[in-house]
Amino acid sequence: MKVRISDDALAIACGADAVAKAFTDAGSEVERVSSWGMHWLEPLVEINGIGFGPVTPADVVDILAGGADTLCIGPIAAHPFIARQQRLTFARAGKTRPLDLDDYYATSGWQGLAKAREIGPAATIEALITSGLRGRGGAGFPAGIKWRTVAGAQSPQKYIVCNADEGDSGTFADRMVMEGDPYVLIEGMAIAGHAVGASKGYVYIRSEYPHAIAKMEAAVKACAHLIAPFDVEIRVGAGAYVCGEETSLLNSLEGKRGEVRAKPPLPALEGLFGKPTVVNNVLTLATVPWVMANGAEAYAAYGMGRSRGTMPIQIAGNVKYGGLFETAFGITLGELVNDIGGGSGSGRPVRCVQVGGPLGAYHPPSQFDTPFDYEAFTGVDGLIGHGGLVVFDETVDMASQARFAMEFCAAESCGKCTPCRLGSTRGTETLDRVLAGENVDANLALIEDLCDTMKFGSLCALGGFTPYPVLSAITHFREDFVVRNKA
Amino acid sequence: MSLADILARHKGREGPLLPILHDVQAEFGHVSEDAIRTIASDLNLTRAEVHGVFSFYHDYRSTPEPRPIIKLCRAEACQARGVEALVTAMTPNPAVKVETVYCLGLCSVGPAAMVGTEVYARLDAAKLETLVKSL
Repeated sequence: MKVRISDDALAIACGADAVAKAFTDAGSEVERVSSWGMHWLEPLVEINGIGFGPVTPADVVDILAGGADTLCIGPIAAHPFIARQQRLTFARAGKTRPLDLDDYYATSGWQGLAKAREIGPAATIEALITSGLRGRGGAGFPAGIKWRTVAGAQSPQKYIVCNADEGDSGTFADRMVMEGDPYVLIEGMAIAGHAVGASKGYVYIRSEYPHAIAKMEAAVKACAHLIAPFDVEIRVGAGAYVCGEETSLLNSLEGKRGEVRAKPPLPALEGLFGKPTVVNNVLTLATVPWVMANGAEAYAAYGMGRSRGTMPIQIAGNVKYGGLFETAFGITLGELVNDIGGGSGSGRPVRCVQVGGPLGAYHPPSQFDTPFDYEAFTGVDGLIGHGGLVVFDETVDMASQARFAMEFCAAESCGKCTPCRLGSTRGTETLDRVLAGENVDANLALIEDLCDTMKFGSLCALGGFTPYPVLSAITHFREDFVVRNKA
Repeated sequence: MSLADILARHKGREGPLLPILHDVQAEFGHVSEDAIRTIASDLNLTRAEVHGVFSFYHDYRSTPEPRPIIKLCRAEACQARGVEALVTAMTPNPAVKVETVYCLGLCSVGPAAMVGTEVYARLDAAKLETLVKSL
């Protein structure tokens, strides 16, 4: 009997290795596959398409005997959490062995690269522009336009850099791609290299992701002959959140301090080692093979407004059904949190959701009708960022969360620009006074003024977007601040 | 592996400084002042330049850490799942070094921690206590 269990880091952290060993010891053939992304069910065990989860080694005998009814979720593919999704980037999730090239071929692998080679660089870039695919790292810049800029730059050396420095709390989609479907990312990079005329690619992976690093290293070796003459090298970060910012990442790759560069020049013209460089997020590049293989129009048919295609949304924090939910843009925040996420994990009422990582706004339930779309979130003073949702229940203290946002910015600031370097520290100190109940109204006015300076005066999104969580907490949850007033 | 071997291994590589620092720390447990001077000389950089890079990144340490290190995630998603209460409840254990890390990408099953490359999720006070004792 063949038993399928994920070898994704999250499944392993939940005990998947011990469960796999118990099945092997019981005489079953165990196949380690990627994760379906239903994280509350990990370790999830699949036997003939039927799922059981979360499984412990003690359940193995029962499952093999045809019991364990309370753990059985029926056919996995028909589970509402999966059936409601539109998985394009994550089409293989749960279905293939991550490093198995046969599995990758059998699931339309390398078809996007073949298509790009067949139609040539110019048509490839045109297709990407037509697809409407925007940068999934957070900035939302049209990927095809970036590629066209790099393609048009004259230089004997160009680079493709994959930003895999996924540091936002509440996000794990990049990690899941690298651990679950590494070839799709490499294929996307090879297509980019072909399109813009770059022969070398780097994947910059954060050091907090050792499993992703190992999988990517192995994958790059295994498929080198298939992407040649393009060559991909893995580089590992060193624990600096700011290196997720593209110019900081380029400096880090060059072996420098991860300080942000002023733009212009754009990395597309003067990027890595001063050469024209495509810097794209993991999800952007991992979506390219689907676009090329299935057609730009097919991708653009999904979505709303200027947000075309699908977004792998990550539902996390205090939520009942957390995991990876890929769907077309347009779904509302409330549907994601309540219908799909099932509300809070604690069972208490949901107080707010932080969308887009540590630099994203805290949204109260009154904003739950906001559709998941770049422009709609900008309209409610927020951002979708890298697509992470962190749910909080009613026990959260929003003044503490606002302070944490400033403290985080102070800890991670690269130090290059003053609003971020000094503003974050002064902001933390000022919020400490608010927390202590000192002149709350006056200090909050000072914070709002400081946020204005940080927002418009910072070089990059770290200082520039820290005001989002701070100001949204003050705007929507002012009661958490003023209650401390020692009047 | 000696420092000279590490430097030789990265010869001809583009932007070799971070990979070198990673290897030095993996091999010796820290990056010493002597190592910084040797690396600087080998890469034709100043000592200040290498020190500047070394000190920018949270991962590198200048002195060895003899104790086992547990990296506990205290970012927003783990906060929402109660990590701060775990920190408060932890029995001080001088035999283990507890470090804060911001995000391990296990945000739907936190609180989460990492020891070396081993990852742990769904921690509660008892599980964390057991984990710390096992190190």
